[in-house]
Amino acid sequence: MTDDDRVFKALADPTRRFLLDLLFARDGRTLTELESELEMTRFGVMKHLRVLEDAALVVARRSGREKLHYLNPVPIRLIHDRWIDKYTERRVSALADLKSELEGTA
Amino acid sequence: MTTMADTAVTTQVYRVYIRATPKAIWEAITKPEWSQKYGYGGSVEYDLRPGGAYRALASEEMRAHGSPEVAVDGEVIEADPPRRLVQTWRMLMDPEMVAEGFTRLTYEIEPRDDDVTRLTLIHELEGAPRLSLLLSGGLESEGAGGGWNWVLSSLKTLLETGDPLVH
Repeated sequence: MTDDDRVFKALADPTRRFLLDLLFARDGRTLTELESELEMTRFGVMKHLRVLEDAALVVARRSGREKLHYLNPVPIRLIHDRWIDKYTERRVSALADLKSELEGTA
Repeated sequence: MTTMADTAVTTQVYRVYIRATPKAIWEAITKPEWSQKYGYGGSVEYDLRPGGAYRALASEEMRAHGSPEVAVDGEVIEADPPRRLVQTWRMLMDPEMVAEGFTRLTYEIEPRDDDVTRLTLIHELEGAPRLSLLLSGGLESEGAGGGWNWVLSSLKTLLETGDPLVH
């Protein structure tokens, strides 16, 4: 499986998307905190987190005795770059250039 | 209940897998000839020992958008090439961010057994909500770029293809 396959597989599940939504709203949560938001066993939540970690959409880090989960947006960014970036991005966005042009001496 | 206060994230973690050696990634982070070719294109200066100075000099394009000559400054806390770099980091392009002060940034570079290296970036952003927003790409529509997300994806592209993501 390629990295992209893992990302799409991980995203193709409503529970996993909900877990990402939770981390997007507030990052750095423990398994216990995430579990409390879901009607699911701890084991079930762990399984979903494992799939998200394999796709690098979630990065778990130890902090003292706790394991905290963080949303990692980079894999989604890479998918964005693959199909969208080529046409729309500049180093500093085109909108900023437009703004400075409109506000400038022109 | 989810409140706005909940979104005041204190640490951001980013991870990317790059088909490159740890040494290549270390050099891309710490050497100006590389740092000019991805992300915001600034030119880094590192004195790679504890207490050593760090500066990122603004590119021409950043200066055209009002950046001071030194866009970011900080101090090296720990330098263990090519595996681990810990430093302080302060954004100087915006007075509000200057006022938020120094934050702590860690790069972890871990080789795997398949020519792929895992790069993890941990940015501790307590007390720096404005900077957090910038680094998460939240100010992209204001022309502030895509933050770490974008810096790391362009670093991956550069190292894997030899070509910058954007020219």
